[in-house]
Amino acid sequence: MRFLLDAEQRAFADALRAMLTAADTPAVIRDWSRGDHTRGRALWSRLAEAGVFALAVPEEYGGLGPRPVELAVAFVELGRYAVPGPLVETAGAAVLLGEPAPARRFLPGLAAGADLATVAAPGGYALDGDAASLRLSPAPDGLYLCTAPPGPVRRSLDPARRLTALPPGGELLTPAVPYDRALTWIRLATAAQALGVGLALLDRTVAHVRQRTQFGVPVGSFQAVKHRLADSRTALEFARPLVLGAAVSLRPEDVAAAKLTACEAAYRTARTALHLHGAIGYTAEYDLSLWLTKARALRSAWGTPEECRDRVLAAGL
Amino acid sequence: MDLTHSPADEEFRTEARAWLRAHVPRTPLPSLETEEGFAAHRAWEAELAADRWSVVSWPERYGGRDAGLLRWLVFEEEYWAAGAPGRVGQNGVSLLAPTLFAYGTQEQRARVLPPMATGEVVWAQAWSEPEAGSDLAALTSRAVRTDGGWRLRGQKTWSSRAAFADRAFGLFRSDPAAPEPHQGLTYLMFGLRDPGVTVRPIGRLDGKPAFAELFLDDVFVPDEDVIGEPGQGWRIAMSTTGDERGLTLRSPGRFLASAARLRDLWRAQGSPEHSRARVADALIAARAYQLFAYAAASRILDGARLGPESSMNKIFWSELDLALHETALDLLGAEGELADGAWSEGYVFSLAGPVYAGTNEIQRDIVAERLLGLPKGRR
Repeated sequence: MRFLLDAEQRAFADALRAMLTAADTPAVIRDWSRGDHTRGRALWSRLAEAGVFALAVPEEYGGLGPRPVELAVAFVELGRYAVPGPLVETAGAAVLLGEPAPARRFLPGLAAGADLATVAAPGGYALDGDAASLRLSPAPDGLYLCTAPPGPVRRSLDPARRLTALPPGGELLTPAVPYDRALTWIRLATAAQALGVGLALLDRTVAHVRQRTQFGVPVGSFQAVKHRLADSRTALEFARPLVLGAAVSLRPEDVAAAKLTACEAAYRTARTALHLHGAIGYTAEYDLSLWLTKARALRSAWGTPEECRDRVLAAGL
Repeated sequence: MDLTHSPADEEFRTEARAWLRAHVPRTPLPSLETEEGFAAHRAWEAELAADRWSVVSWPERYGGRDAGLLRWLVFEEEYWAAGAPGRVGQNGVSLLAPTLFAYGTQEQRARVLPPMATGEVVWAQAWSEPEAGSDLAALTSRAVRTDGGWRLRGQKTWSSRAAFADRAFGLFRSDPAAPEPHQGLTYLMFGLRDPGVTVRPIGRLDGKPAFAELFLDDVFVPDEDVIGEPGQGWRIAMSTTGDERGLTLRSPGRFLASAARLRDLWRAQGSPEHSRARVADALIAARAYQLFAYAAASRILDGARLGPESSMNKIFWSELDLALHETALDLLGAEGELADGAWSEGYVFSLAGPVYAGTNEIQRDIVAERLLGLPKGRR
C-alpha cells in the first residue's frame, strides 16, 4: 500500500503544467467560445504529443493505456487551466469504441490527437459537436456514429462549452455498447477536471485577497475571508484522495463519490471565489469567469449530485 | 499508487478480526463517563493488553506489536467495525505516549508506558485553564522550583477523563519572566490523588462527569516527571497537539464503522427519501477521510511529517462526526431524543468535537495562514 503519486506521475503533471502555463489558455478559451478552434486545436495537438489522449487507449491501438491514474493526474491539470474542448468525451470515446472493429478504425486517431470525439449524453447535449470529428451516440441497440451535421450550437452557462443536439441514427458501429465502463472513465475525468478547476479558483482567489486592500489592510487578513478559503482548501484536499482512489479502483461507486465530492468542492470554491473578488468576479471580462462558469457546468455534466449519490447508496460504498 | 495491503498486513487484519470476534463484549459497556463504565472499560483495556491488542503500534517491550502505521490503520478499521468499546486510555495512548517516545527518557518510558497499555494507570490531559483555552499560551498555572523537583500551583479545567483517571499531564509556567508567552513553560506529569490536588468533576451537557477542574495547591512533582527540558514545554506540547488533530486521535476506522451503521439504520427505517443525501454524503466523507489518512500515512512512511494539514484533518473529522450523529438522531425521530440510545452518547460527544483540541476557528486560521499564506490579522 502506497497511496501517493510516484516520481514519474508527478513529473507528468509538472510537464503538463509548464506547457499549459505557456499556452495562455484564457485567450485560447475566448477564441473557442466564439467558435474559432484554431488555437484550441493547436493546444490539443500538443496535449496529444504529451500523451493525454492515449491514456485510455490500449497499447495495441496506438495508446499508452489503460492508465486511469495518469488520466486523473492529467485532467486535474486540464481543469486547472480550464482547457476547452470535448476532453472527457474524447477520453471516454476511447473506451466506448473498445470493441475490436471500431477500436482498430478509430483509436489510433484519438490517441494521436487527430480526432476530437464527442459523446451525446443520454437525453442530453453533445459537447462541441461543431468541433468534433467523431460524434458518438450510445443507444440501447448499439453505438452510432453520427454522420449528419449536428444541430445548432446552444449556449452553455460556460461559454467555452458549445452544446449541440445530435440527430438520431447514423452508422451503427457496434451493437455492443460498453456504456457503463465508458461512463466510469468519463466521470473520473470529469471529477479530476473539476478538482483542477477548484484548485485554480482557490489559487486565484488567495492571490487576489493578498493584494486587494480595504480599510487599509489586505482583505485576506480578515478572519471571515480566511475561514471561507480554509474551508475551500479543506474540501478540495479531501476530494483529491477520492479522485485518485477512484482511479486506482475504477469501481463505479468510487468514481461517483469522487465526481460528487470534487464537483461540490469546486462549486463551493467558485461561490467563494466570486464573493471574495466582489464585483470584479461578476464580470465576463475578468479571467476568473472562465473557471467560475465551468465549475457550475461540470457539477451536472455526466451525473448530477443525486445520480452520483444513488450510485453510492446502491453499491453500499 | 496502490491501495492493496500487503499479504502480511492482511494476515494481521485476519488475526485482529478473529480476536475481536471472540472477545468484543456482546452487550455494550456502560458509558465510560460514569464510575461503573470507567471500571468496565479499564477491564476491557486489560483484556486487550493481555493479548497485546491495546497499543499495537508500540514497541513490543512496552506491550505493543511494533505494528507500523498502516497496520495501525488496519487494526482500527477492524476494531471499530467489530463494535468494540471506546478507549478509556485514549488520552494517554494518543497524546502522552507519542510525546514520551519523542522527548521522554528511557526511564520514563519504562515506568509510564506499560501500566498505560494495560489500563492500570489511566491518564487525563491537563491543558486548559479558565483563561486559557484556544489561547493556550495564556496559561498562568505555575511550576515553582524546589528541592528535587517542582511545586505546582493554579487551576486547570475541562480536563477530559479527570473525574476517574489516575494521573495527568500538562503545561505549567516555570519562568514567568520569559519575554514571550510561549516561552518558560514546562511539560510535566502528576498524580490526580497526590497531596494538594483537588478534582472537581464537571457534568457535560448530559450530566455525565466527562471532565473535571483541577485545583493544584503546592503539588510536588519530582524531576523525573518532567518531560524534556524545563522551559521547552510549548515545543513539546505542539508536537502532541499535532498528533491530536492528526491521525491518532480519530482514526478513519471509527468513522467508516459509524457511517456503515448509519446506512444500516437508514435502510432499517425504509430508506426514507428525506435523508438519502445526508446518508450518502456521510458514507462518502468517511471514505474520503480514510483515503486522506492513507495518503498521509504514505507520506509519513516516506519520511515527511504531518504539519498544518493536520488542522484540515481536525476540521473534517469533527464536522463529519457531528453530521453522522445528527443524521442518525433525525432518522430515529422520537426515539432519537432518548438519552440512553446507542447514538445519543456519541451525539453528545460529537458536539464537543469542533471545540476541543483547538477550536475549528483556530484550525481555519492555521490553514489560512500556514497552508494558504494569508496574512496574519486580528482574530
